[in-house]
Amino acid sequence: MSQNIKLKKGFDINLAGKAEKKIGELPPAETYAIKPTDFVGMSRPKLLVKEGDNVKAGTPIMIDKLVEDVMYSSPVSGEIAEVVRGAKRKILEIRILADKEVSFESFDKHDDVKGVSKEAAIEQMTKGGVWPNIIQRPFGVVADPNDSPKNIFVSALDTHPLAPDMNYILEGQKKYFDAGISILSKLTEGTVHVNMDVKDSSDLFKSTEAQVNTVSGPHPAGNVGVQIHHLAPINKGEVSWTVHPYGVAQIGKLFLEGKYDASKVIALAGSEVKAPQYYKTYSGAAINKLIDGTIKDGYVRYISGNVLTGNQINSTGYLGFYHNQLTVIPEGDYYELFGWILPTTNRLSFHRAFGLLSFLGGKKKEFVLDTNNRGQHRAFVQTGAFEKVTPMDILPTYLLKAILAEDFDDMEGLGIYEVIEEDLALCEFIDVSKNDVQAILREGLDLVKNS
Amino acid sequence: MKFIEDIFAKVRPNFEKGGKWEKFFYIYEAHETLFLAPNSTTGAKGAQIKDAIDMKRMMMTVIIAMIPCLLFGIWNAGHQHYLAIGQVADLASEILLGATLVVPILIVSYSVGLGIEFTFATIRKHEVNEGFLVTGMLIPLVMPPTIPLWQVGLATAFAVIIGKEAFGGTGMNILNVALTARAFLYFAYPSQISGDVWSYLGSEQAVAGFSGATPLAIGAAAVEGNQSMLSMMGDMWSEGLYSFNSLFMGIIPGSIGETSTLMCLIGAAILIITGVGSWKIITSVFAGAFVMATICNLLGANEYMLLPAHYHLVIGGLAFGAVFMASDPVTATQTETGKWIYGFLIGMLTIIIRVFNPAYPEGIMLAILLMNVFAPLIDYYVVAANKKRRLKRATV
Repeated sequence: MSQNIKLKKGFDINLAGKAEKKIGELPPAETYAIKPTDFVGMSRPKLLVKEGDNVKAGTPIMIDKLVEDVMYSSPVSGEIAEVVRGAKRKILEIRILADKEVSFESFDKHDDVKGVSKEAAIEQMTKGGVWPNIIQRPFGVVADPNDSPKNIFVSALDTHPLAPDMNYILEGQKKYFDAGISILSKLTEGTVHVNMDVKDSSDLFKSTEAQVNTVSGPHPAGNVGVQIHHLAPINKGEVSWTVHPYGVAQIGKLFLEGKYDASKVIALAGSEVKAPQYYKTYSGAAINKLIDGTIKDGYVRYISGNVLTGNQINSTGYLGFYHNQLTVIPEGDYYELFGWILPTTNRLSFHRAFGLLSFLGGKKKEFVLDTNNRGQHRAFVQTGAFEKVTPMDILPTYLLKAILAEDFDDMEGLGIYEVIEEDLALCEFIDVSKNDVQAILREGLDLVKNS
Repeated sequence: MKFIEDIFAKVRPNFEKGGKWEKFFYIYEAHETLFLAPNSTTGAKGAQIKDAIDMKRMMMTVIIAMIPCLLFGIWNAGHQHYLAIGQVADLASEILLGATLVVPILIVSYSVGLGIEFTFATIRKHEVNEGFLVTGMLIPLVMPPTIPLWQVGLATAFAVIIGKEAFGGTGMNILNVALTARAFLYFAYPSQISGDVWSYLGSEQAVAGFSGATPLAIGAAAVEGNQSMLSMMGDMWSEGLYSFNSLFMGIIPGSIGETSTLMCLIGAAILIITGVGSWKIITSVFAGAFVMATICNLLGANEYMLLPAHYHLVIGGLAFGAVFMASDPVTATQTETGKWIYGFLIGMLTIIIRVFNPAYPEGIMLAILLMNVFAPLIDYYVVAANKKRRLKRATV
């Protein structure tokens, strides 16, 4: 029973610097890192290796003490070069100096993944490093293998600004994707939903073991949380899981090939990239080789992920575990004379207040946006705007106020179980009062989760 | 333009932590951000880019939307003066006189209000909010041209301190600040804000038969005298003064900025096209007023109730209130469904107050203030319905 989700609300941020569909040649990164901070809600990471240890791709590096079964594994083979710690000895990065040739830990191979039992599947996934691909809703944390999810959702479209094309980054991996879906379907009593763009005509995601739905509309139509809201909303006490298509293919590969393959195709995109295109690398790669000679001169910001939900990293930083793109945009720390009132056509705005003429360029016009805040923080004044970019039956302003007031009943009542940061990221972008919407939401999620 | 940046860069250290005027940082900052959009950048996590809009631009859009009303009000204040004293004056002298009446009120309103805002920002150590830029313009527009300036200052101070800052400042107030100022004057100094105050006479003698009655006052008189209101309005000291056309255009005595329905509609168009004002509230106020006026027509218990419904939309401050006061995002309902209900009730209440309450001719101000108080209640039920939908599908 496939469904069509047609969304009207939302806003596409059309940035300059889309990645061209070709794979660029660059020397591989020398170091790779696993960052406990990439895994939301990981509160007590415990290292399983020491500096100087040799690891293979797939060797467990750390666990979360609260969910001890799930291994977080090395993406490449090599030597543990450094464990970077922050305040109170908090682990920030585990850096791995990679071998020239990647060697893999070997896991069980299955020619027929349909024959794998649920228990065996969970066992192999948690040991084989692919489990962290499974994200639990509510809260957007790595799933607990002991839960039984209501449904599992895979969003095969990414509507974020400059997002990589899913069909392109998974080209040629149909059999792994199908195997991954097959494994996932063992983990739930309910349905595995694969949601694809209504315009997507490739058959990569047309799986037989999943319910394939189509989605249309502006961003955030590609957000799996929005799709869940329209397909099978999450209520208090329920758990659903979500997996990125890359993760599905990785799971499939673990079972078909018997190895944890963390190689991925990522998009190097943004207005400050000379020739935006795709590159092959491994999860957690250092970006220094990637940006060497490929970035325009100037003061830029490197963002692991996209401009709405990604993290700033410095030029010696590492890609995040869940990120399939590196975005490079100009920094915006300059004063601008009468910048708050001058009419402009090249500053993107969802609104049309005086002088904001970006809508004149039509939907095709591409914008170069920098990191300037474009104003100062203020109290909530404007109303109704958040609702226009949130295609769910949720009142974001009230939800945020409930969080600020730490009102648990209201948070639950207003649907905090259905959203994570990315779902309200557009609210943060368009907010006239410049609130840190995503940070506020995470605060609320933490409150509810830990209560 | 670099030199402006340099000037600010030079004095900035004095106001920063450890500087000799550290206490006045937010006053400095308010001035700096007026010239220079700040250089702050987005955080390391979350949205790395931001929409080009900010509060300053949003508030400025509202001010721009009020400019037609202001300019028309300046001309009309002069025009009504010469009309009342029976002289024919050219456009320039009408505008000049109007300006000498209106500009001082504007100056008093802004200087008193901003002074208080700056003081509170300094004491409370927060940024100066842009909200008063709009309020400071709204207050003069709802005053009669003859209002004593000290009263403007007093009303502004009352509204900003009691109406807004006591609640926590911009974004936290319950009542519309500009209307609080007007209500304050109405109750504290009624003789200067009602009666024969709508046309400025100065030291001149009014023409024979001149009456300062506005259409709203005629309404009350019509009820008392049991005479047709329309014929009373047609039978004014100046011919055609209260014809439908001049009521719509606003060439009538009244508060400075609110006489002209046309100018209000231009403002409404600006607010709606820019998305700054809620079209739902604006439309529903007019709809509510029209529906209630039609009901009154059908009941027809007194002469005021028999006034054709479309007249109600152009007399008094209905249009101004609908466009600039009811749609104030802070004091209005904040849910989209709530906006329809809120606006509609304001419209209905306005007409009810007008036709049933002879002691209080202008209904819209009271209607908006009353609904300001009920707005959170309306929102409460809309939000409760949203929660209920979620609860219904839950199984635990």
